Amino acid sequence: MIRRTCLSVAGFLVAGSARADWAINMPRGVTELSAETHDLHMQVFYWCCAIAFVVFGAMIWSLIRHRKSRGVEPAKFSHSMTAEVIWTIIPIIILLLMAVPAAETLIKLEDGRKPDLTVVVTGYQWKWHYAYQGEDVAFYSTLARASADARRKNSGIDPFTVDNYLLDVDKPLVVPKGAKVRILLTSNDVIHAWWVPDLAIKKDAVPGFIHETFFRAAEAGVFRGQCAELCGMDHGYMPIVVEVVEPEAYQAWLATEKNTAAELASAN
Amino acid sequence: MGSAVTDAHGHGQAQAIGHGHDEHGPAKGVRRWLYATNHKDIGTMYLVFSCLMFFIGGSMALVIRSELFTPGLQFVAPNVFNQMTTMHALVMVFGAVMPAFVGLANWMIPMMIGAPDMALPRMNNWSFWILPVAFSILLSTLFMPGGAPAGGWTMYPPLVLQTGDAFPFLIFSVHLMGLSSIMGAINVIVTIINMRTAEMSLLKMPMFVWTWLITAYLLIAVMPVLAGAVTMLLTDQFFGTSFFLAAGGGDPVMFQHIFWFFGHPEVYIMILPAFGVVSEIIPTFARKPLFGHDSMVYAASSIAFLSFIVWAHHMFTVGMPLTGQLFFMFATMLIAVPTGVKVFNWTATMWKGAMTFETPMLFSLAFLFLFTIGGFSGLMLAVVSSDIQYHDSYFVVAHFHYVLVPGSIFGIMAAVYYWLPKWTGHMYNERLGQVHFWLSAIFVNVTFFPMHFLGLAGMPRRIPDYSTQFTDFNSIASIGAIGFGISQFLFIYIVVQCVRKQGAKASAAVWENPKGLEWTVPSPAPYHTFNEPPHVTAGAAFS
Amino acid sequence: MAHAANHYYVPHHSHWPVVGSVGLLLLMVGVSTWLNGADPGFWVMLSGFGVLVCMLFGWFGNVISESIDGKFNQQVDMSFRMGMFWFIFSEVMFFSAFFGALFYARNMSVPWLGGSSNNFFTNLLLWTGFENTWPTNGPGDVGGDFIKMEPFGLPLINTAILLSSSVTLTIAHHALQTGHRGFVKLFLATTFILGFIFVFLQAQEYVHAYHEMNLKLTSGIYGSTFFMLTGFHGMHVTIGAIMLTIIWLRVMKGHFAPNSHFAFEATAWYWHFVDVVWLALYVFVYWM
Ligand code: HEA
Ligand code: HEA
Ligand code: CUA
Ligand SMILES: [Cu+2]
Repeated sequence: MIRRTCLSVAGFLVAGSARADWAINMPRGVTELSAETHDLHMQVFYWCCAIAFVVFGAMIWSLIRHRKSRGVEPAKFSHSMTAEVIWTIIPIIILLLMAVPAAETLIKLEDGRKPDLTVVVTGYQWKWHYAYQGEDVAFYSTLARASADARRKNSGIDPFTVDNYLLDVDKPLVVPKGAKVRILLTSNDVIHAWWVPDLAIKKDAVPGFIHETFFRAAEAGVFRGQCAELCGMDHGYMPIVVEVVEPEAYQAWLATEKNTAAELASAN
Repeated sequence: MGSAVTDAHGHGQAQAIGHGHDEHGPAKGVRRWLYATNHKDIGTMYLVFSCLMFFIGGSMALVIRSELFTPGLQFVAPNVFNQMTTMHALVMVFGAVMPAFVGLANWMIPMMIGAPDMALPRMNNWSFWILPVAFSILLSTLFMPGGAPAGGWTMYPPLVLQTGDAFPFLIFSVHLMGLSSIMGAINVIVTIINMRTAEMSLLKMPMFVWTWLITAYLLIAVMPVLAGAVTMLLTDQFFGTSFFLAAGGGDPVMFQHIFWFFGHPEVYIMILPAFGVVSEIIPTFARKPLFGHDSMVYAASSIAFLSFIVWAHHMFTVGMPLTGQLFFMFATMLIAVPTGVKVFNWTATMWKGAMTFETPMLFSLAFLFLFTIGGFSGLMLAVVSSDIQYHDSYFVVAHFHYVLVPGSIFGIMAAVYYWLPKWTGHMYNERLGQVHFWLSAIFVNVTFFPMHFLGLAGMPRRIPDYSTQFTDFNSIASIGAIGFGISQFLFIYIVVQCVRKQGAKASAAVWENPKGLEWTVPSPAPYHTFNEPPHVTAGAAFS
Repeated sequence: MAHAANHYYVPHHSHWPVVGSVGLLLLMVGVSTWLNGADPGFWVMLSGFGVLVCMLFGWFGNVISESIDGKFNQQVDMSFRMGMFWFIFSEVMFFSAFFGALFYARNMSVPWLGGSSNNFFTNLLLWTGFENTWPTNGPGDVGGDFIKMEPFGLPLINTAILLSSSVTLTIAHHALQTGHRGFVKLFLATTFILGFIFVFLQAQEYVHAYHEMNLKLTSGIYGSTFFMLTGFHGMHVTIGAIMLTIIWLRVMKGHFAPNSHFAFEATAWYWHFVDVVWLALYVFVYWM
């Protein structure tokens, strides 16, 4: 395992850039808002790069040019009102340019009106519970068996042999593609947070309160995330898997779930 | 009548300082330290204590980094990992960085403003001696049933209420740290306001003194709030109050608001004195006066003011109403303006100077570059919708280590190299100092830069194990951390060597024509410095 | 005393701070183990408290004798004053944390539990039927039904007591400055007696609340904020009254000069601070 790591470190150093860029940047994700968030992130990042270019450039220039070993005499100036005003005003303008799109995206992120489907998500130490509102479907979602076995201290199982190590669950949340899914988050014990990077959702599950968030996935696929608020011993072991499927497949899935629920009920 | 008064005979001016006050040299043996009232002795104790804590906190960081070297659990159980994370942060923040700055304040502020000592010397001693008590209590929790606190240094309820026997010890050690900081801050304020030599007007004060004055106000304003917050945790746990319990009409998130009302100013408490240090060092080695001294003062004050109205940027995912999120985003972004003013002024100070690159200057330069990078990531975090992706990921860990390690810690190291010759009377080993600098500067980036990528790629913080796609960067970070840790032994070696007077003798000025009263007294600085207020001549102070 | 006028007095060494730290260690370890259920912790806590009291007497004793020896010049006096001022400011901030909790509960968490702002579902799914009211012990009815504390009656009397104690204290202060020591003794005594009466009445109020109103520390957020705020305030009144008593004893012993009486003034500031906090309490906790 250690050898594997060393190899991968070496491999990374040799061919770092060859790896897909998901490894070093925020994913664009599969919702309109996740893409917008990603763009906003890049925009602010580029602003920072530009400022860094100017500021670090000036610093480096003076490090090179204004060194004593070149025999320069130090200048005597020690203040300039004009300069202070300029470098107060320009950052303010830049910040305004950032703040406007940031606020616009934020307002969209908070607009959870008219959902197509609502799921109540409850955090437990250490698993998630999903309840589809208005349908008779509810279940727990816990760390998948393969990961759970491998994660034990000195388990002897190499995590690299486990598919989606620590990011797999026994029963994922299934939602239809293109539907606006409202998530109502709460917790049964301590604070957890429901985070799926590809959906650009992270929201705290606070016991005693319900917080809303939503997403509308434009693509089908399996999207993985993790609990993002320290919630005790197994905080690292309560992943989230969201399976976005075609609407028909979703209806079929829902029907089977309801059947199993009904069978279970009648069996009791 | 006490001997102090009769013996403190008058001397003219600055040149008379420092002659034999042998009759008042330090007491012998352990009493010198236990019963100390001398600001230099107390400063030394603070610095030594802080160094010890840095190593303890650093060892915990190394446990964290070792566990995270590869996926899978190798060394510690998950709950022990969480204890390490929690204790690492508490020890570093309250045990290493804050006491180091108080130590520097003790040593330097009286010398920089021409005061005979700190204003309240006995209380000064107590501020220090509370710390060993606080940290003995805190560190002893590692050995208690249920282990040390593991709920993160932010101590969010309800999780923190699941702490075992360690819980009340955690609360009371935080109380003690607060008590120590408050008394220390009162001392700093009173010293600066009341003990300056007559000719030093407020705006003539050196930047280090200024930034510490502002820091001290922040401390007095927020440490009691932290005390209140943890007191509520205590009563919720043991006396049935409902502050953080929804069923009783409270709210777990209320704790976060109160904590971060303390917590955000706290991060500026950890950086403002470093700003001050850098503002002392850059002019010396650029051989040019600090650019825009007054606007630096206003900038630092604005930062302090703004720091009170941005706290909820740590809570963008807790489900605040939209207006709250917008307000805290805008206020947070605003802090970039005064901080930028500082960065630009430092750059302008170097501009057209005649620079040399001794170790303190090197650390200050690294501070400039790397703190700014940390500031940029801070700005990115301030943007709410992106923060929803960054929050509680390693991107945040990268951000705050950039401002804390090459920020605060480098600031402290720069200060130590800069003033060490003044303290000991001997030069440190410059060549080794530079080696230490380069090792630290390189490894700090190897450690923390990859964490940006990890965070963006979706790795949450505070986890003992991770999915395999995060392996590469974690391994690199761990290697960097070990390298950084080992490099710090060199620092200890250099300092010890200098304290044991193994370097060349230092002149009073130490550096080439530095500004400031501390450079008018001999090196090593005599046990009692300014028994008579010195005159602030044009050459001796900033103007 | 020519020297004292020019030289800032720096004591040589003092063992009191370390004694204080030992006291704190015993106190904190004691109370922690006690809270964890180990009874001997209680005695450790008491011993720590005892050490702290000794430390305070010893430390202040030193300071007083230095002051009587004339070692303090104006500048030292100013340091003490500023120190006291900023100490009181830190106390103000400590109380702000609890006032903050009160405001948060009344303006944020309770309305949210009642479904306001972005918490429609909080109310609908978790706390159906709960309405935003004040006072409240929360949607879980924590601690059971209770009766609200009314602002009139005892609290009003207590307000009057504290306010008049501030007046008597000011009279005593003026008397000290003008050298009427008889008045000082009389009005100072009146002040701390009023202080103790306040504490006594407050205790009565608590007993009444616990026995007849079922209003307890455990009565949800109302009980929590009510008892924590008034409790910490009461503690401060007690400390202040003890300080006043000690000052009075010192006056009886002939301490303090018309132009130099830092300890007197510091205690007076402290007392006024306690008074102001009470006014805020009266308005926000009892009245509004
Ligand atoms: C020394 C400590 C320190 C300092 C100085 C800062 C400085 C800043 N911090 Fe940081 N921060 C922490 C320590 C610090 N922080 C810690 C410890 C945490 C995590 C706590 C935890 O959760 O455990 C944290 C977390 C944190 C968060 C929460 C993230 C999250 O959990 O989701 C945010 C969000 O806004 C933030 C923002 C900022 C900003 C905007 C600054 C600004 O002050 C930075 C300003 C500086 C610059 C911007 C660079 C220089 C400026 C220029 C060159 C001018 C031109 C620039 C522009 C116009 C852009 N910080
Ligand atoms: C000033 C504050 C400060 C400082 C200096 C540091 C320094 C370091 N930190 Fe720290 N860190 C925090 C403040 C700080 N940190 C905070 C606030 C958190 C958040 C906690 C939370 O989530 O609650 C955190 C969390 C944190 C994490 C995330 C943990 C998690 O989320 O689970 C990591 C992971 O890599 C880390 C690493 C490091 C490293 C490698 C260093 C290095 O710079 C350390 C350098 C190492 C040494 C100096 C070691 C020297 C010692 C030896 C070589 C061994 C010899 C030992 C003895 C002689 C006893 N830190
Ligand atoms: Cu659940 Cu972390
Ligand atoms: Cu902050």
